[in-house]
Amino acid sequence: MSRKEKKAKTEKVYRKPLIKRRKPNRSIWGDILLYVFLLFVAFVMAFPIIYAVSSALKPLDELFKFPPRVFPQNPTLDNFSDLFVTMGKSWVTFSRYLFNTVFITLVGTVGHLIVASMGAFVLAKYDFPGNKTFFKIVTVAMMFTGYVTQIPNYLILNKLGWIDTYWAIIIPAFASPMGLFLMKQFMEGLPTSLIEAAKIDGANEWKVFTNIVMPNVKPAWMTLIIFSVQALWNNKASTFIYSEERKTLVYALQQIQSGGIARTGQGAAVLVVVMIVPIIIFVLSESQILETMASSGLKD
Amino acid sequence: MSEYFRKYIALRKHNIQVAIKKAKKSRNCYLFLAPYAILFTMFYIFPVVASIFYSFTYYNILEKPRFIGLQNYIALILEDDIFLTSIKNTFMIAIITGPLGYILSFLFAWLINELPRWIRSVAVIVFYAPSIAGNCYVIFSVFFRGDAYGYVNAFLMNVGIIDKPVLWLINPDYMLPICMLVILWMSLGTGFLSFVAGLQGVDRSQFEAGYMDGIKNRWQELWFITLPNMKPMLMFGAVMSITQAFGVCDVTMALCGYPSTDYAARTIVTHLFDYGFSRFEMGYACAIATVLFLIMILCNKAIQNLLSRVGT
Repeated sequence: MSRKEKKAKTEKVYRKPLIKRRKPNRSIWGDILLYVFLLFVAFVMAFPIIYAVSSALKPLDELFKFPPRVFPQNPTLDNFSDLFVTMGKSWVTFSRYLFNTVFITLVGTVGHLIVASMGAFVLAKYDFPGNKTFFKIVTVAMMFTGYVTQIPNYLILNKLGWIDTYWAIIIPAFASPMGLFLMKQFMEGLPTSLIEAAKIDGANEWKVFTNIVMPNVKPAWMTLIIFSVQALWNNKASTFIYSEERKTLVYALQQIQSGGIARTGQGAAVLVVVMIVPIIIFVLSESQILETMASSGLKD
Repeated sequence: MSEYFRKYIALRKHNIQVAIKKAKKSRNCYLFLAPYAILFTMFYIFPVVASIFYSFTYYNILEKPRFIGLQNYIALILEDDIFLTSIKNTFMIAIITGPLGYILSFLFAWLINELPRWIRSVAVIVFYAPSIAGNCYVIFSVFFRGDAYGYVNAFLMNVGIIDKPVLWLINPDYMLPICMLVILWMSLGTGFLSFVAGLQGVDRSQFEAGYMDGIKNRWQELWFITLPNMKPMLMFGAVMSITQAFGVCDVTMALCGYPSTDYAARTIVTHLFDYGFSRFEMGYACAIATVLFLIMILCNKAIQNLLSRVGT
């Protein structure tokens, strides 16, 4: 038996039991009551989403059945194929809308990741004049919604000539304060000795950043990616982009949704298509996101 | 006295010189920060300043902005009844859903904290999903449909509480409560994640010390050990939920229409959209934005002061 296998075996013996031992100061009835309550709330929270998914799978005659059923009796994918047919008949093709959204999401996210982590790196690890003040301003910027700045933003983008281009959505997304904040808080947890060691070995700042710091903050990458994708994927972009061929997928889908009662099934399919991407990304990267959020605290 | 001043000025001068020297040494740091700093200034700091500036002018994009002093603000408060409605609605929504959503976020994060690992991660997904589910809240307009086929109506009529269908989303009496319900459903957002992660990070040995010192039940444990440890996350969560609570507009627009009956579901942000992007009265819209900005910042500062007293 190799050493590795032996180690695995001993670890298996010490694995925690499935249900954790109760803490000494808890009453059994309190626990049971709380978990029943929790189960109930979880059901309430999940119900609208479950309902949306199941009505996307219902054939037309079941959608209007009364009294309604939560789960479809003969589930079909007709609504989704209808959706593609409708999209296929539109003036701008479906693939173009998809390309628009994917392009905006991808470029915006990558740019945000690079720009924000470069800023976060120096804010977290170097002491230079203006460092603390700048970070304070960034935290203040998290305290108001984007709606406040939307009108001046429009005027600025207009001056730059970016209205009706992808850049009107992409470039402002680079500077989202939330990403910088989370990245900086996470990078502060990195040991400074790591950076100093690299410097003694003759690495300059850029080398330290790309070879030492970035590989060590992968959980924070995922967090920035999910927040950025979430914001950009759901961006209707209807204020800044008016040419039909540059509109986003979500916008086009919601146009279909507002098509009235005949499109009820397709509307439900749209809901599913729109929500599935952020949820899947979250499910896949949950543990890394939670690791980052552990350092998200705001100290004053 | 003058001696004192001279010393003070000399000290200041010295400090500035040191700062400049440091700044020269850390040129690379500024280079790293520059891309973010430039974009941030351009799309976050400058717009706030510009918004304050334009709020003192009459500006309709076609003509040059014309300075009119405080007239926009005077019109907002004295003449614009709809704005007052929107302020009332926004505050109603913010005061009810903000604190409640915040408390719920913490409560659920705390309750699921002791579950086994895999159940916990499923629970996090279930609770967090509504806030990232795109425009899934539209489904509530099916539940609350105004005719007898709406599920809520049908249920209440079958039970016998009402005898004719209620126009949930058209009757001004019911609009706000329904919007609040939907907003609460979506309120377990970023703050919730921060709480879940923060609770995992609380030092276990502190709990053990607490048992020794005679902490009797989970509520005492919460107040004396968990909450003080969670203070930074609590701050972060508060910022998130205040920002969300005052920025409500998507839900009310999707459920109650835009404009809604009798402006009963108008919020500050929808009012801002109306003047900014439908009527193109940019100066007036900027005044609305400035008011919203001030409300948000003041609220955040007040809440932070309040929270810094937790557990002391």
